[in-house]
Amino acid sequence: GGSCERPGTLPAHLPPIKVLGFTVEHGFPSQPSALAYDPRLRVMAIGTKAGAVKLYGAPGVELTGLHKETATVTQLHFLAGQGWLLSLLDDNSLHLWEIYQKEGCSHLEETRSFGLPARPGCSPSITRVTVILPMSSGTVACLGTEGGAVYFLALPALVLLEDKTLFQDEILQSVPDDYRCGKALGPVESIQEHPQDAGRLLIGYSRGLVALWDQSTGSPCSLPGFQTPAVPFSQQLESLAWEHSGKNIVSSHSDGGYMVWAVGGSGQRTQQPITAVIPYGPFPCKAVSKILWRTCESGNPFVIFSGGMPRASYGDRHCVSVLQGRILATLEFTSRVIDFFTVQDPEVPEGGFENPRALVVLVEEELVVIDLQTPGWPTIPAPYLAPLHSSAITCSYHISNVPLKLWERIVSAGEQQSPRLSSAAWPINGGKNLAQEPTQRGLLLTGHEDGTVRFWDASGVSLKPLYKLGTANIFQTDCEHNDSLNQAGEEEWPPFRKVGCFDPYSDDPRLGIQKITLCKYTSKMVVAGTAGQVLVMELNDDKSEHAVSVATVDLLQDREGFTWKGHDRLAPRNGPIAFAPGFQPSVLVQCVPPAAVTAITLHSEWNLVAFGTSHGFGLFDYHRRNPVLARCTLHPNDSLAMEGPLSRVKSLKKSLRQSFRRIRKSRVSGKKRLNVQEANAQLAEQAGPPEVEMTPVQRRIEPRSADDSLSGVVRCLYFADTFLRDAAHHGPTMWAGTNSGSVFAYALEVPSQEKFSERAVEAVLGKEIQLMHRAPVVAIAVLDGRGNPLPEPYEVSRDLAKAPDMQGSHSMLISSEEQFKVFTLPKVSAKTKFKLTAHEGCRVRKVALVSLASTAAEERVENCLACLTNLGDIHIFTVPALRPQVHYSCIRKEDISGIASCVFTKHGQGFYLISPSEFERFSLSARNVTEPLCCLEVSRLVPRGAPGHLLARLRRLSQQQHGEPAGHHRGHHGGGSEGFPGVRCGRSTSGCCRQL
Amino acid sequence: MILLTKRVGISYLLNLVCFKPWIQLDFKWLCNQGSLIDVRDKSSECSGGAFGAEFRRFSLERSKPGKFEEFYGLLQHVHKIPNVDVLVGYTDVHGDLLPINNDDNYHKAVSTANPLLRIFIQRKEDADYSAFGTDTVTRKKNVLTNVLRPDNHKKKPHIVISMPQDFRPVSSIIDVDILPETHRRVRLYKYGTDKPLGFYIRDGSSVRVTPHGLEKVPGIFISRLVPGGLAQSTGLLAVNDEVLEVNGIEVSGKSLDQVTDMMIANSRNLIITVRPANQRNNVVRNSRNSGSSGQSTESSLPSSTPNILANFLQGEEESDEEDIIIEDSGEPQQIPKAAPTSLESLTQIDLLHEPTQNGFLPSSEVNLNHSACNVSMEYEVQNPDRKSLEEDGTIITL
Repeated sequence: GGSCERPGTLPAHLPPIKVLGFTVEHGFPSQPSALAYDPRLRVMAIGTKAGAVKLYGAPGVELTGLHKETATVTQLHFLAGQGWLLSLLDDNSLHLWEIYQKEGCSHLEETRSFGLPARPGCSPSITRVTVILPMSSGTVACLGTEGGAVYFLALPALVLLEDKTLFQDEILQSVPDDYRCGKALGPVESIQEHPQDAGRLLIGYSRGLVALWDQSTGSPCSLPGFQTPAVPFSQQLESLAWEHSGKNIVSSHSDGGYMVWAVGGSGQRTQQPITAVIPYGPFPCKAVSKILWRTCESGNPFVIFSGGMPRASYGDRHCVSVLQGRILATLEFTSRVIDFFTVQDPEVPEGGFENPRALVVLVEEELVVIDLQTPGWPTIPAPYLAPLHSSAITCSYHISNVPLKLWERIVSAGEQQSPRLSSAAWPINGGKNLAQEPTQRGLLLTGHEDGTVRFWDASGVSLKPLYKLGTANIFQTDCEHNDSLNQAGEEEWPPFRKVGCFDPYSDDPRLGIQKITLCKYTSKMVVAGTAGQVLVMELNDDKSEHAVSVATVDLLQDREGFTWKGHDRLAPRNGPIAFAPGFQPSVLVQCVPPAAVTAITLHSEWNLVAFGTSHGFGLFDYHRRNPVLARCTLHPNDSLAMEGPLSRVKSLKKSLRQSFRRIRKSRVSGKKRLNVQEANAQLAEQAGPPEVEMTPVQRRIEPRSADDSLSGVVRCLYFADTFLRDAAHHGPTMWAGTNSGSVFAYALEVPSQEKFSERAVEAVLGKEIQLMHRAPVVAIAVLDGRGNPLPEPYEVSRDLAKAPDMQGSHSMLISSEEQFKVFTLPKVSAKTKFKLTAHEGCRVRKVALVSLASTAAEERVENCLACLTNLGDIHIFTVPALRPQVHYSCIRKEDISGIASCVFTKHGQGFYLISPSEFERFSLSARNVTEPLCCLEVSRLVPRGAPGHLLARLRRLSQQQHGEPAGHHRGHHGGGSEGFPGVRCGRSTSGCCRQL
Repeated sequence: MILLTKRVGISYLLNLVCFKPWIQLDFKWLCNQGSLIDVRDKSSECSGGAFGAEFRRFSLERSKPGKFEEFYGLLQHVHKIPNVDVLVGYTDVHGDLLPINNDDNYHKAVSTANPLLRIFIQRKEDADYSAFGTDTVTRKKNVLTNVLRPDNHKKKPHIVISMPQDFRPVSSIIDVDILPETHRRVRLYKYGTDKPLGFYIRDGSSVRVTPHGLEKVPGIFISRLVPGGLAQSTGLLAVNDEVLEVNGIEVSGKSLDQVTDMMIANSRNLIITVRPANQRNNVVRNSRNSGSSGQSTESSLPSSTPNILANFLQGEEESDEEDIIIEDSGEPQQIPKAAPTSLESLTQIDLLHEPTQNGFLPSSEVNLNHSACNVSMEYEVQNPDRKSLEEDGTIITL
């Protein structure tokens, strides 16, 4: 993957161009529903329930498309090597996708669609497509249907070859009498092409009849029928597969068994299978839904199948079994198996072996790839499709320009974590990544519900896992993670092997990570969690066994009349704890009461960490390991703050119930009251059909008062070297902002580096500001004499940032949920402001100072304030003038978790969750863009530029002119398929931009 | 002209000589040395003892007479009674004794004075409010006798009604002249927490006249008034009134939640433009030809309104929402506005700016004359209540 820089054609004096472009989706597609693989292009396609189609090849090779219909993609089939992809939706429509080249890059686009015409007089389900087989010739696809008929479709025109249709009757006529069971054959379950002789099709029907159909003669040539009237219903056919030589076929059945049949010569009938096994019998088993047979040079063939587990004992397990001779591995997944395929060379010489390299299994929540050529069949780590949600994401944090040294240490720590992974190369490696190498290393950190912090390489298009940090081992939790359970299971039958990492169950919700901060120069990290735990960590390249020093900070500060009713604090484990190489905790600070940490900040030069909860904030010196300051921010009337998260759930339920009751009550009384005259009056007044709803949604208009609940929540903390007390001396300061619009500023006495151990840090309250609009303070930043944000600690001393201007007067930018304000320092006077809520009716959800580089010249950098609102819009303001520049709609306003998950990077990119498992990446700067640029070499039998394609192009053009369909700007909008800034940006720039 | 003063009353003759661009104000006051009251005796009471005939002259810009407060301060200063609350009145062209207690009537007084303006000053606690009003001067033969000899007229005790400045505004109808008759712009002054704003809004639909005929469009309506709330007590808002604007911003196209947030964000000085459900109480204007607004009742508001409203808002809105700072655990103070000069150094690139509500804060509007004009005396106002002026080093010239 890579950061793409647009060629600079603009003069250098032009300001940075602000755009909003959705560039790439990171992570694992939500609700996948179909899988396909093209062995020639070596790319894989995944379809989703939302109608998205995503292609993946070598890392960085990604193409995305979205069906116009929001319907589930039930099947995907490549026309191998040709760059065509057939998709079937659950509305029974077929769609043809094309990989086409534009400006040297490949794009994916739907070119035409097809619906099987209903048969007159029959129920529409008769023509529901159950099976698709694109034939190896590449010009015809067979469609098996629920009614049992097989249709043939010319490709890529998607024209039905009506005369070729093969109805059940034709099959039945040529079937001997004892094969007929007096019933229809049932839906077509499987159609498989003969691996050597493309003219012969194996057609399997649900009730069990399998016919080998010779297309050239137009008659069934072989009938390996095993359905006799005596065969119980449970033996219904589930799937069919050829052995590579074409001499044998294997069938799987609903009773959990599979059978191998020899295919005789023409006209022969096969009565008995060579083998019939129920691998997990003898007790009743679930159906084997799909089976593959792969020959292998080194020994026995691989038989790979999904399902078939003993119904009573393991019926709820999601398994794929790999059987080679006597070796059986029951791969167990934590979510439902959707589909699987094996990767091998597309061309196998006559009499050769397939030698599958890898098994790729798509389950609902992740993609797992098994190395079939290394003994023990280890998993191959995936370079993309990371299951971000293996435990629910609770927070995210982005660090740009990570120094190489730190990067290497994190990568090395990650490599040492997973020795059991295969070293085999990633098998799905088609296409060429054309994106430039990323110019800088970006690290995305995600905090999870289970107390882990995951480190992702976010430099390029594919989000790659680097390292995983667990914090649970520091605490005594009820359920100890038990690896011995797995080992004990070695002896059991079936031989389960847990694969994949999706594990949504958290042992203890208190372990959840709430806030992360990392100093990239000193490798110090602070992680804070749900039970008020604040962990100061250091990166250590070696493993270590040490005790973590524990401190508690009372944030209530002997305020009376408060009793915490929430969860207990986490009990730390006593004594030395073993830590693997990587980030190792040195200090644990626990807040009292143990409410979730709502804000943290770290200053690695001063050795200070500040943290806040709903009760107050504290300052801790992690060098001397003692608390410096604790301040309670609670308002005396705030009762909710003491309840903790658990009882709040209860009260929410209660209030929901109450409001339902209220609605019901008012509905009843409303009806009673409404007499005819009133109804008529209402009618006349509304001059339209009367509103059905009797009690419309009402909103109370009342200003925020000082005693609103949860007013004490600390929303942001900030360290700055600035002028707090007088204009002559600057020094360390700490700032805290609360939910009720209060800002506290402390002057800190920090001893010099040499005297850290001797002298303690002191904090003196310098200023207290109360914003009269009382909105929550979401961010505080100090701007230097030139109006630039202050650099991070060590940034200047390592020559990575310009020294701040300490001559001119500093100013302070306070962002509340409703307004942005700039005040002078040290004497606080109001300078500029922007009242966002009063003007736009939206509230600030996320805010960040970003520097946008000019497209023409990288040196031309503009500092802006980027803000994401509760309506999902992104607004950009100049700093410090706070002049609105542009705004875009970015996230649907209903997508509350998406808005809550948004993080901005320093250079104007951003991430937000479009599903629990996927980050959408966007860019606000035309300069700094990360998007997939790739090329797939396709060889078509039908030349491109066919009339149908022209039509498609025209359609695409008209789509561009009329703007994309609503809702496209969020979620699956075909991120990679359009050039940047592309169609989707076009709308926002022309529609809602206000250039002031 | 000779006027009389009571022991607590001072009357002026303001001689407004057109001396463009300045108005020459000749302040004269004479103490009645007659038998009525012993002024000398009381003058010492009026801190400063400056009662005596005096003649003063100073300049005021005709077009910019300044604010009432400044004028008041000036009077207090001139008479060296800085801590004495007084009522200021003047006689208008009809001879009525009318109060001067705000910018508007002060400006009115100055503008109608041709060329003389008679001014009466009374100490507040001794003031006779009944003296004010229509026909006060003409009806009673001598207003001064009324003013100066209240004892003679004490037939019935008058109900003492405070002057408007002693009241806190609760609500007002504004911009009547620029709004269509079917619309009403109501300003609610939220003060403290004693009384809730007390209303609810809901979604609904309203009918608009468009080029395509009648069209139903979504709208925001007042759904409920809380009994005893500010909204209800004004009597200017009612259930089912359609909300058209909030503080100058049209609500069409905005969701209920957005409008809610806008109203709450502006709740300390909320101006909502409504189309009352009951159209019978509308203000009927005489001059319908004054503007096209009468016709465009159903269409959008006149384009000039946001501007006017914004200007209108600016002055008042700035004062009501100053954040508070506590320095070194001292007393809470309002955060002043920064002088614009320091700001410009930061934003040299952004030269084009209008002082709108957002963005740059306008500097405190102290457009008092500097010493350039011909003045005979120069005072620095020493008023403890006006610290900001003092800090800015602004000088009021006399």
